[in-house]
Amino acid sequence: MEACLSQEKETRVSLLSKLKLTNKTAPYYFIAPAVFLFSLFTIYPFLRTITLSFFSYERGQYIFTGLANYSRLFGDEVFYQALSNTFIYLLIQVPLMSMLSLVLAVAMNSRFIKWKSQFRVGYFLPSVTEMVAYSIIFSLFLNDKGLLNYLLSILGIDSVSWLVDPFWAKFSIMLALTWRWTGYNMVIMLAGLQGIPADLYEAAEIDGASKLKQFFYITIPQMKPLILFSMLMSTIGTINLFSEPFILTKGGPGNSTMSLGLYLYNQGFMNLNFGYASAISVVLLILTAVMSYIQVKVGGKDNG
Amino acid sequence: MVESSTGLKKVFTYTTIILGLIVSLFPFYWMFIGATNSSADIFAFPPRLLPGDHFWQNLTALNEQIDLGRVIFNSFYVSLSYTFFVLALSTITGYAFAKFQFKGQDYIFGAILLTMMLPAQATMIPLFDTMKAFGWLNSYKAVIIPGIANAFGIFLMRQNMKKIPDSLIEAARIDGCGEFAIFYKIVLPTMKPAIAALGIYMFMAQWGNFMWQLIVLNDASMKTLPVALSSLVGLSRVDYGQVFMGASLSTLPVIAIFLLLQKQFISGILGGAVKE
Repeated sequence: MEACLSQEKETRVSLLSKLKLTNKTAPYYFIAPAVFLFSLFTIYPFLRTITLSFFSYERGQYIFTGLANYSRLFGDEVFYQALSNTFIYLLIQVPLMSMLSLVLAVAMNSRFIKWKSQFRVGYFLPSVTEMVAYSIIFSLFLNDKGLLNYLLSILGIDSVSWLVDPFWAKFSIMLALTWRWTGYNMVIMLAGLQGIPADLYEAAEIDGASKLKQFFYITIPQMKPLILFSMLMSTIGTINLFSEPFILTKGGPGNSTMSLGLYLYNQGFMNLNFGYASAISVVLLILTAVMSYIQVKVGGKDNG
Repeated sequence: MVESSTGLKKVFTYTTIILGLIVSLFPFYWMFIGATNSSADIFAFPPRLLPGDHFWQNLTALNEQIDLGRVIFNSFYVSLSYTFFVLALSTITGYAFAKFQFKGQDYIFGAILLTMMLPAQATMIPLFDTMKAFGWLNSYKAVIIPGIANAFGIFLMRQNMKKIPDSLIEAARIDGCGEFAIFYKIVLPTMKPAIAALGIYMFMAQWGNFMWQLIVLNDASMKTLPVALSSLVGLSRVDYGQVFMGASLSTLPVIAIFLLLQKQFISGILGGAVKE
């Protein structure tokens, strides 16, 4: 400490030496690069997205058009389609997947299961695979003449136009998402299950509570923060869905699998409607913020 | 517990887990098998589910379609340099937030955390404009630099560095160690496991990064594997043997890294999810 204090007195001598890397100035130097990069590549684009949404991009120029992009958005059927697709995934795929993950995690948590870590690796693998590769594999798997239809034909079921029929196309996207993320969520939930104190179950056992009751009165409440965390991550992922519809269906047929991310890409980078695409970005932002807020609120303060 | 762990329950639980495992792993098997088969074999009736002899044909045909050497180099170059910069920046920034008290600390850290919630797509349009203004389109810089200040990385490093005893840093100061030297010579070496976990995570994230790369990399010689792969599917006549080969090649490195370092990787993920 002595050395630090005497050093500090010296630095008062000139302004230049005040900028020396000392105990006091160090943190500012250390965070400066990150703060600079955040400002330039995150904060500035974020604010600019909001301003651009009030502009129109025509012949290389941004022209202020007020709320025109938003009024167009609220009359845009494709936008509504993308929005409703998002909500369908959120209401069906995310809860089903979370449930499946929890069930698998509970099964994996059984004491008698051997090779737990090997199973865990196998289940986790889909989530680390590269997104385009997996989407392509799924598109071939679901192809009219693909493997899935062949498997169905063995069972005597007529082939299904997985990617061509509007209903089944949505189903296919959900199937792909579920394949990719169930294991990931299962691993997170398994870690949570292993953290539940065993004496809670022992006490319930003594009180004569059934396994089902233990699941609903011990496992679920104890796991609430983690279930919410994994659902929040899935929700944000779903709102920002892009690669799967881009590769599997191009958003079709008839926009039945259009996602907000894909629509943003089409409007911004295919049609060069940068202003309009920014308005879509703003909707994405609001949706993400609202969903995060709801899930954090529902979870209460205990899950940070 | 003991009385309910009957044989039936065991069989049922194992069946569930193994079925799930087969579903998880079968697509990988199918993909690698497909890479060694011809397009016709893959879609034959019944389809061929055993290794074929088209491995070299698929590889050379794919290489003619997309310059494989270049594309693979691009993917590695972009992912490795991105990872390096994220690690450098996350460690030093995380250190500042973990072990110093300074004005505005909580506000700045809070703002950084908030950006974690910010969907990447929401900033893509202005970011694209910026890249254009910088003349970075079609360059590695556009893929590497905008994301290297990484909120998750900073958060993870800060959490880990909080565990370093203050006395260690104080002792180094008394010994006359400079502030940067303390970070570089004393703090960093203790952080090896956390750095490894974050590094694997960032490498894989950048390796699979697709939408942004699709937007900023148009030149065939600059494309990374996912972007090149997605252009294959857009062709009018698709050779599926090639496509499977391409998908296998772009998946292999991440599988290999994951299998080698899965302990660090999973604990890195859980570090962010599970509170201690």
